[in-house]
Amino acid sequence: MSRAPGERGEARAAWVFLAPALILITAFFFLPVVTGLALSLTDFDLYAIGHPENVRLVGGANYRALAQAPMFWSALKNTLYFAFVGAPLSVLTALAAALLLNSRLTRWKGFFRTAYFAPFVTTLVAVAIVWKYLYHPRFGLLDAALGSAGIRPVDWLGDPRWAMPAIIVVAVWRSFGYNMLIFLAGLQRIPAEMREAADLDGAGHWSRLWHVTLPQLAPTFVFVGVITAIGFFQVFAEPYVMTGGGPLNSTLSMVLYMYQEGFRWWRLGSAASIAFVLFALVLAVTMIQLAWRREET
Amino acid sequence: MLITLASCRAQATPDGVVIDFWGMGREGEVAQQMMPEFEAEHPGVHVHVQQIPWTAAHEKLLTAYVGHASPDVAQLGNTWVPEYVALGALVPFDSLLKITPTVSATDYFPGIWATNVLSDTVYGIPWYVDTRLIFYRKDILARAGFDSPPTSWPQWMAALRAIKAREDPGAYPIYIPTNEWPPPTIFALESGSPILRDGGRYGAFDDPPFKKAFQFYLDFFRGGLAPRLGINEVGNIYQEFERGTYAMWITGPWNIGEFRRRTPPDFQSKWATAPMPGPDGAASGVSLAGGSSLVVYRASRHPREAWQLVEFLSRPEQQLKFYHLTGDLPARLETWRDTSLANDPAARAFEEQLGRVVPTPQVPEWELIATRIFDYGEQSIRGGMPADTALARLENEVNRILERRRWLLDRPTRKAGR
Repeated sequence: MSRAPGERGEARAAWVFLAPALILITAFFFLPVVTGLALSLTDFDLYAIGHPENVRLVGGANYRALAQAPMFWSALKNTLYFAFVGAPLSVLTALAAALLLNSRLTRWKGFFRTAYFAPFVTTLVAVAIVWKYLYHPRFGLLDAALGSAGIRPVDWLGDPRWAMPAIIVVAVWRSFGYNMLIFLAGLQRIPAEMREAADLDGAGHWSRLWHVTLPQLAPTFVFVGVITAIGFFQVFAEPYVMTGGGPLNSTLSMVLYMYQEGFRWWRLGSAASIAFVLFALVLAVTMIQLAWRREET
Repeated sequence: MLITLASCRAQATPDGVVIDFWGMGREGEVAQQMMPEFEAEHPGVHVHVQQIPWTAAHEKLLTAYVGHASPDVAQLGNTWVPEYVALGALVPFDSLLKITPTVSATDYFPGIWATNVLSDTVYGIPWYVDTRLIFYRKDILARAGFDSPPTSWPQWMAALRAIKAREDPGAYPIYIPTNEWPPPTIFALESGSPILRDGGRYGAFDDPPFKKAFQFYLDFFRGGLAPRLGINEVGNIYQEFERGTYAMWITGPWNIGEFRRRTPPDFQSKWATAPMPGPDGAASGVSLAGGSSLVVYRASRHPREAWQLVEFLSRPEQQLKFYHLTGDLPARLETWRDTSLANDPAARAFEEQLGRVVPTPQVPEWELIATRIFDYGEQSIRGGMPADTALARLENEVNRILERRRWLLDRPTRKAGR
C-alpha cells in the first residue's frame, strides 16, 4: 500500500514533535536502566573506582549471592510486609475519608480536605523526624497518652516487633490524603441519577455503597491501588530517617538495603542487582492488579 | 552557621590559600574553634572547616572522592584508612615524617600508630584514640567478695557468677549489647585470632582461637550473665547502671563524660573503669585500636599547607586543648602526663589499655565483615543458632566477600590493593 505524499509529511512532523520527549526518555530513563542492568552483571565496587581494569563480568553471580544473603531475605520479607499491610490500609483509609467528605452531611469540607492532604505535601524527612519524637519512649506524646490510660510505654522504634507497624502508620498517614483526593474526584463523577434510582428502588445506605458507589469507583481503585503499591514497595526515607533499618534489621527495606550496598559498602554491582529484583517484583504485582481488573469487567 | 561564616571569610581573601578540612560530629565543631590560632601562625592560609555527621561520614567521603570533591585534610576513622589507601586517595607521609620536628611514631601508642601503616607506608597521623574496656560498679563487685576488678577470663566469669548469685533475679552482672561488633572481636583478638588469615584472603572463624573466643562470648548470654538486648533496647543505660540492673558494661571513653554528666554526684564514687581481662591474665587483655586519624588527600592543591595543618593539630598543646574541648582521649603519649589526665582515675585504665591495643584486619572490607560478625553472634544468642553453624556460615559469607580481594591480590600481572 503506497502512502500519499501528505501522509509521509505528517509522519515526519510527528517524529519531530515526539523527538524532544523521546530523547529525554532515552537519556534519562532507558540508558540508565540498561546501564544498571549491565552493572548488575559486573562486580563494580570500591576497587573499580578509578581503576576500570578491575571490573569483571560476573554474569548472574550477584543474583546468586543475593539468594544466599540472609539480609536480602529479611529486606524482601520486610518490604512485602510493609507493602501488603501498608498499601491496603492507605487505600481503605483514603476511601473512608473520601466517603465521609463526600457526604452531604459533612461540614467544613474544604478544611478537612486540606488538612488530610497536607501531610502529602510536607517534607518527608521533616515529618519522619517529628514522628520519631512522637514515638519516643520517654518524651513521646504517644506513650504519654498510653501512660495516662495505664498502659506501659512501648519503645515503638526500638522494639523489633513494633518498629515496622510504627513505620507503616507514618506511611499511611502521609500517603492517604493524595489517594483520598483521587477517590473524591471519582465519587463526584458518579451521576446523581444512579443514586436517586437506587434510593427509589429502596436501597439502604450500605447496599447503595456496595452495589452502586464501589462498582462505579472500580477504575479509580485500580489506579490508586497500582500507584500506592509501587510507592510502598519503594519505601526508603521512613526507615532511613527513623530507624536506620533496625532494630535487628526489622525495618530494613529493599531500597534501604540497596542504598547500603551501593553507597555504604560501595558494591554497585550488587546494589544494581537488588534494584532489578525490586523492579521485577513491582512489575509482577502491577500485572496481577491489572489482570484482576480485566477479569472483573 | 559556622560553615557559612567560614566560607564568607574564605571568599573575603581571594589571594590567600584556602584549605578544606572535614571533621565529623563534635570533632568537626571543635576543630573550628582551633583554627584561628593556626591561621594566625600561617598568614595567608585559611581553613574552611566542614562538619559532617558521623552517620553519613563514610558515604559522604566516598562520594566526594568519586565526584572529585574531596577536601584537602580530613578526619578519618582509622579502620577506614585501608579503604582510602586502596582507592589511592591518600598522600603517603613517609618523606614528610623524615623532616618534621613535630611528629614521630615513638610519640604515639604503638597499636594506634599501626592502624595507619599499610605495606610499611604511613598514611595517617592519629588525632585521638578510642578503645573499649570495662566500666563497673565497685560496690556491687565488693559485695560479691572482689576487691579489685578481674584480670583473667576465669576470674571474670567467677566474679560475674558471684554477682549473679547475690543480686536481684532481675539484675544482670554485665551488659554486652548484642548488636555491637567490638565485644566478640575483642575476645577474638585476646585469644590470639588474626580474624582473617593469609593476608586477608580468607576468614579465620573456623580456627580454634576464634572458636574459643566465640564460645566465651556466648557463655555470657547462655549463663544468664548478660541480657539478650541490643544497644537501643535498653531505655536509659545510665539509669539502669545506677540502679544496679547491670554491674559491668563493655564500652568506650566517651562514657566517662556521660557517667559524670548523667548520674548524681553521690554515685560518682561507685563506678570505675578497668582494662579488659585476658584469657591468661592482664598481659593478654588486649582491646581495639580505635580512633580517628588525620589524612591528606592526593587531590589537594595545597599539600604543603595541608601537612602544616596536620602538624599543628598534632602538637602536644593542641592535643591537650582538643581533649579539654571534646573529652576525646589524646593520641600523643606526652599529653597523658598532664595532670588533668594523669589524676583522672577513670582515664588511667584507658591509658593502661591503650598500651595493649591491636588493629583489626587492615582490609577495605573490614567494616562490612565487622557487621557480619555481630550479625551471626546475634543469630546465635537470640535466634538459637548453634555456634558451629553460625561460625561456618560466617566463614562462608566472609570468604565470599573476600573473593574479590583474593582475585586482585593473586593476579599475576599487577600489584593489588592499589
